[in-house]
Amino acid sequence: MEHYNMNLTLKVWRQKNSQDKGRFETYQVKNISSEMSFLEMFDVLNEELIREGKEPIAFDHDCREGICGMCSMYINGKPHGPWQANTTCQLHMRAYKDGDTIVVEPWRANSFPVVKDLVVDRTSFDRIVQAGGYISVNTGNAVDANAMPIEKDKADAAFAAAACIGCGACVAACKNSSAMLFLSAKVSHLALLPQGGPERRSRVLNMVAQMDREGFGACTNTGACEAVCPKEISITNIARLNLEYIGAGLVTE
Amino acid sequence: MQWSEFFTSSVGKKFVMGLTGLFLISFLIIHVGINACIFADLFDPNENGAMFNKAAHFMGSTVVIRILEVGLFAGIILHIVQGYLLEAKNRSARSVGYAVSMGNKGSKWYSRSMGLLGTIILLFLIIHIAHFWVKARITHTLAPVTYNGVEMHDMFSEMKAVFTQGWVIVLYVLGCISLGYHLAHGFQSAFRTVGVHNNKYNSLLITLGYAFSILVPVLFALMPVAMYFGWVG
Repeated sequence: MEHYNMNLTLKVWRQKNSQDKGRFETYQVKNISSEMSFLEMFDVLNEELIREGKEPIAFDHDCREGICGMCSMYINGKPHGPWQANTTCQLHMRAYKDGDTIVVEPWRANSFPVVKDLVVDRTSFDRIVQAGGYISVNTGNAVDANAMPIEKDKADAAFAAAACIGCGACVAACKNSSAMLFLSAKVSHLALLPQGGPERRSRVLNMVAQMDREGFGACTNTGACEAVCPKEISITNIARLNLEYIGAGLVTE
Repeated sequence: MQWSEFFTSSVGKKFVMGLTGLFLISFLIIHVGINACIFADLFDPNENGAMFNKAAHFMGSTVVIRILEVGLFAGIILHIVQGYLLEAKNRSARSVGYAVSMGNKGSKWYSRSMGLLGTIILLFLIIHIAHFWVKARITHTLAPVTYNGVEMHDMFSEMKAVFTQGWVIVLYVLGCISLGYHLAHGFQSAFRTVGVHNNKYNSLLITLGYAFSILVPVLFALMPVAMYFGWVG
């Protein structure tokens, strides 16, 4: 692919802390390589801001290879930018051309309060997982891999659900700020496997209760979450979560 | 888990929405089926709404159906109230909105507008109930007609009378369009909400849902239009 440089206008949300009202700031970035990642472009801008004695833009990032779920950024009206099935760190500047204006906002949801600039607090997800997104395993010798036969289709579906990196793009994209795609992935990957069996009912009941306590909205099945998910988690998982919850809720005393 | 916990959880509230939605879908099948009897007029010049009037009389005079009618109103009210409560709760989950909206990237406009479409249907319903149900069941202010010695309301003549004004036709067609889009999302969404997660069935339900959401509202809309233009009656 041909390499080129570009000049861009960035409109970035700046907010000192969770109490600050926040506002958009406009920045001009010059000579950005089409081979840079989106976050590297922000690194260049931050170097510039530091040289000018200004506060650099705070943004979340860690692995920069699309597996940690830390990078967020709502870019021109879409979480993680214009590409399908990728994270912001995997978005490259070849997605843009010279003279483009890019608007960058933090995830917007009351359950994800802004910490600073583009950084939001996603510990609500951690608390949902703590409410039941685990299995209890007795320690001892490692069990033989073939001791527990698992249907291939179920193993594949569980693996696909387990691919969720908990980035929160589903919440950011949803008109209801619903965390149902995230929760359904966490519930599905355990509900599909025999290891998840013993805590199957309590898990889904406790995790939904925690999700509601965190203030996320309910699911309208619009599919916006699925469309922006960097790991392509299917909304079929949400229907499975519904059945898990209804089944557990109707029989648990 | 207590019943109250189940029905006040986000999934439990949606379960009620899905179930009442499916119940109302089943009602639509009956409603459109009975009302389509007016088209018998197209095949028999002496019909004059007899088949439709008899069917409407059966619905109004059968005890089981009258009891079901109470359930129908309860279902409609539950669906409306729960819908508005959920809409309010969902909207409150994001106090600060986005400067650039996501728009149609990933979702259909009508799937995001169920509250608005539902409100239009509700306004239509109020007028629709005042037009027919109140006159037939409460005030009994419809002209009588007798078939084989049995006297009943002449609902057919009432339809013809109501559907003489242009604004009424426009209103009914708008109501049907809103219903169509509401169903285009609601039909398949209701099944997902009650837990259908087998993709083989889901793709079938999506196709069935689109067919239903076109066929039923178009049939309904054809009734006032056909009477207004004199194709029927």
